[in-house]
Amino acid sequence: MIKTLTIIFVSSILVDNYVLTRFLGICPFLGVSRKLDQAVGMGVSVIFVMLCATAVTWPIQIFILDKLGLGYLQTLVFILVIAALVQFVEITLKKFLPSLHSALGVYLPLITTNCIVLGVAINNITDGYNFLESIVSSLGVGIGFLFAMVLFSGVRTRLENTGVPETFRGLPITLVAASIVSLSFYGFAGVIEGMLS
Amino acid sequence: MTGILTALILLSSSGLICGALLTVASVFMSTEKDEREVAIRAALPGVNCGACGYGTCDGYAAALASDNTVKTNLCIPGADSVAEKLSQLTGAPFESVVERIAYVKCGGGCSQTVRKYQYEGCSTCAAANMLYGGIWECEWACQGFGDCVLACPEEAISIVDGMARINTRKCTGCGICVSVCPKGIIEMFDDSSRVIVTCSNHDKGAVARKKCKKSCIACRRCEKACPTDAIKIEDNLARINYELCTGCGECAKVCPTGCIEYSDFRGVHNINKM
Repeated sequence: MIKTLTIIFVSSILVDNYVLTRFLGICPFLGVSRKLDQAVGMGVSVIFVMLCATAVTWPIQIFILDKLGLGYLQTLVFILVIAALVQFVEITLKKFLPSLHSALGVYLPLITTNCIVLGVAINNITDGYNFLESIVSSLGVGIGFLFAMVLFSGVRTRLENTGVPETFRGLPITLVAASIVSLSFYGFAGVIEGMLS
Repeated sequence: MTGILTALILLSSSGLICGALLTVASVFMSTEKDEREVAIRAALPGVNCGACGYGTCDGYAAALASDNTVKTNLCIPGADSVAEKLSQLTGAPFESVVERIAYVKCGGGCSQTVRKYQYEGCSTCAAANMLYGGIWECEWACQGFGDCVLACPEEAISIVDGMARINTRKCTGCGICVSVCPKGIIEMFDDSSRVIVTCSNHDKGAVARKKCKKSCIACRRCEKACPTDAIKIEDNLARINYELCTGCGECAKVCPTGCIEYSDFRGVHNINKM
């Protein structure tokens, strides 16, 4: 039990890092990774939203959609529910935890229905995880996202002080750098098999 | 047929439930937005410079609205006119703003300072500063690539003879340039100041002189000339205590290297009061 959970957790951080190997959530990855504190804020918000979203969407899929044979409505219903949920969480935070709201508030609307949040919710279902496994997997994906953001913000700080050719300045060089970082993550392939044996 | 119906019912009902939930939540958990805070925020200039000590204009507005003891004269770019508006809005007594200006404490540049190496890299001060402490022999010299020029919202800074010069007549005193200078040689002064030491070099006199013709060589002639003991040499550099300074300009007259500047530094808010 614990072994499976560990494998799911580690593999979703390193081997199946959603940003760097599946290219989900690229928009915040490129948009908010310029400074370290912003990257961390965004990462923590994503972890938070992912956990909430998984906790809500998994029961919906299993107890409502599957029972009624409406599996094909998955994407629509998930988007609807996650969007409403994030809004609800934002209102609640503003009322009861203003300090947390001022720290995460800016990022919450940005990730309302980000593909990485939806991707985790859907992949948890297609991978056939049970509830606990789903939660662990989304926690892992979230930490993996935070990890990628923090790593990449370091790369970008370095990039800012180099003489980039004019044609590559801005987004192009960022994408080139992102591809090299993602290439390095392929080095983790096989790590999990090693852990199993 | 029933399949479509159930799908339709499920989708619209989940939409309805979510909508209802959000509406209820927004009614029950609404936080009142203080109207005074909105009005105060509108009166502020919105530069987000942080000179008030609250980080952003929003932060200062929130502090003013919630706490009556917060002073209304903390916004330096806004100066007296904003302070007056804020006093009207909050009912706090009006106090005049001490206007400030930024000034580069370096008199170097191409014709004064000795070059350390030929630099052909990325043309920002931050990048040049990382390579052996910058392009000049003097470690405290203005790099002159204009990081501050780009940051200045008022276009008050220009590069003259390889170093940044601040036109204090345009300076609102926001202090953004102070935070972007990698050398940390831009400082804020009260705009009533009449003398500024335009050197930041802490080397011993002889060493400093070799690096730059306009450096402070810690000769102490200004100390002796000052009638009020306002100027003192600290760590091989002249430093003015503005509480004692009368602005007579005696120190500037005797300075052998000319690194003490005697002038009228009034900023944009006080030009008309001349």
